[in-house]
Amino acid sequence: MDTIIDAHHVTKTYNPKTIPVVAVNSVHMHLERGEFTALVGPSGSGKTTLLNLIGGLDKPDTGSIMIHGTDITRLSANQLIDFRLRNIGFVFQAFNLIPVLSARENVELIMQLQGLPKNEINQRVETLFHQIGLEDKLDTRPAQLSGGQQQRVAVARALASRPQVVLADEPTANLDSKSAANLLDIMAKLNQEENMTFIFSTHDQRVIERARRVITLVDGKIFSDTAVVDTSLPHGISPA
Amino acid sequence: MWLLKLAWKNLWRNRSRTIVTQSAVFFAVLLSVTTNSLQDGVFDHFIRNMVSFYSGYIQVHKAGYWDQQILDNGFEQNTGVENTITRHPEVVSVASRIESYALASVEEITKGCMVVGVDPQGEKAITQLHAKVISGDYFELDDHRPVALLSEGLAKRLKLQVHDTIILISQGYHGAMAAGKYRVIGLVRFGSPELNEQLLYLPLSVAQEFFSAEYLVTSKVLSIRSDKKLERIAQEVQQAIGEGYEVMTWKEMMPEVDQHIKTDKGSMYIISGILYLLIGFGIFGTLLMLMAERKYELGMLIAIGMKKQKLVVVLLMESVLNVVVGCLAGMLGSVPVVWYLYVHPIRFGGELADVYSRFGFEPVFPASTDVWIFITQGIIVLIMGFVLSLYPMITIWRLDAVTAMKK
Ligand SMILES: Nc1ncnc2c1ncn2[C@@H]1O[C@H](COP(=O)(O)OP(=O)(O)O)[C@@H](O)[C@H]1O
Ligand SMILES: [Mg+2]
Repeated sequence: MDTIIDAHHVTKTYNPKTIPVVAVNSVHMHLERGEFTALVGPSGSGKTTLLNLIGGLDKPDTGSIMIHGTDITRLSANQLIDFRLRNIGFVFQAFNLIPVLSARENVELIMQLQGLPKNEINQRVETLFHQIGLEDKLDTRPAQLSGGQQQRVAVARALASRPQVVLADEPTANLDSKSAANLLDIMAKLNQEENMTFIFSTHDQRVIERARRVITLVDGKIFSDTAVVDTSLPHGISPA
Repeated sequence: MWLLKLAWKNLWRNRSRTIVTQSAVFFAVLLSVTTNSLQDGVFDHFIRNMVSFYSGYIQVHKAGYWDQQILDNGFEQNTGVENTITRHPEVVSVASRIESYALASVEEITKGCMVVGVDPQGEKAITQLHAKVISGDYFELDDHRPVALLSEGLAKRLKLQVHDTIILISQGYHGAMAAGKYRVIGLVRFGSPELNEQLLYLPLSVAQEFFSAEYLVTSKVLSIRSDKKLERIAQEVQQAIGEGYEVMTWKEMMPEVDQHIKTDKGSMYIISGILYLLIGFGIFGTLLMLMAERKYELGMLIAIGMKKQKLVVVLLMESVLNVVVGCLAGMLGSVPVVWYLYVHPIRFGGELADVYSRFGFEPVFPASTDVWIFITQGIIVLIMGFVLSLYPMITIWRLDAVTAMKK
């Protein structure tokens, strides 16, 4: 098996000098390629903080985070930006897209940053927009897309650079249930078709039901870590 | 290349943001060009009035004349010198004068006066003497008749009118006896009482004959293209004609006027300083606002892997385009404004106006249409814009993606 994430003893404390908040507390985490994992837990349990640490947006106080063999806690700020570009795909809760760029340009941007040749970019854009079912929205600006469509484009962008892992922090939080289900379908499909590893945080029960592994955080600690055998029958999960 | 495209798209597709930034720069240029044109226009106009009054911008005398203004310190009219002076590209025209004192009498009344022998054509160009005629006529352009123009005050003191005859008595060149009879063909009015009570004009050749000083002149009066190059022109003319002559600017001949202008310019500089401060804050405020608006977006770009250097390049290109376009538009936009203020001059009150009236000028100030004002003010705002554009770049440098994306 191919290990994508291997995190040990990861701890992050905010305001260590005033009123310390231990947002992530001695977390261990191991993910293999192709996993489709939900990170759940009540608000303030540390989901966002943990995803930021794994994604190299923030540094832990202690512990190590190996992403496909690289210990990202040892990288400099500038190295981290480049690391993120090549290894991490991000989908944020909302406002993922650059408003002045069309859907296509938003997805192209990340590949241009990677320095991919024009024809490869075009090919990849075509494939991705086919996969997210928005072939007809290539030249549309974000403001003209629905929230669900915007998040689909954000997923396409996250995948465009063929990262090791896609991190999605509450990607469905701003969507109605139908769009949320649709987005999850697309993510699940891409997980299959591209063998892409996904971690997404959520507290939406219907989203949790689609995960094949559910990690529950409580007060910054892993409370439970459950593999779901049958996606239609969630059991052994205690969602917050 | 695609970074430039990104910058271009940012500008083009977010019109309102672009318009706000460019307008800030546009109005900055408009404001500073207009203010400077007005200021420059005021001083230019003032100086032009002062020099066209009597002195001209520059005078050439025989060395030592200014300290001892007597005929014996005059010099032979000499085509060599005149040609050398006219050859200077900034010199527009040159007029010769012979000046000395005489006694003027009409019947029983006798008064002292200053006789100025002038070249009617040159004087018309340089001091607009013809425009000062309030009754009667100006000289013919090539006048050799025994006729005189009297200043209004002097005429009053002599109780004399146009077409009357006046007798002049004086000491001529090298102590010769000078006497002559002249017909008054016109009266001229000067704002300055000093001149208005004293001046009496004769055609140059007539005056030379009166003073028994054929070919002798005491000064050559120069008009130049622009007062801005005054000192340089004086220096170059001095160099060209040599040490035997003294070349004096109006500032040397009328130091009190120069001093007055310097004082007024001082307060104008303070106004300019405040103006630039306002402009600076205006542009900076706009940038501040727009950066706050884009913070999330920029944070996200860094989060997904855009190097800060690249982001800085994009923002730099945006700023450069915005500032350059705003400046050019501002320079063009100020043309009609300045033109309007040139055609419809501003009327001043206060201290400057008093000085003006005292010298007999209307306190009316057309804006200067000097192209250099447009260029220098454009460049000043351009530089300010570039310097202020460092702010967004510094912001990027300090930006932390996670913090920036917190709503
Ligand atoms: N920048 C920060 N400064 C201080 N405390 C923070 C900061 N970010 C998050 N926290 C705190 O850390 C804890 C975990 O927050 P977060 O990771 O956002 O949780 P979740 O995403 O599960 O809601 C919370 O108690 C939150 O208040
Ligand atoms: Mg969160």
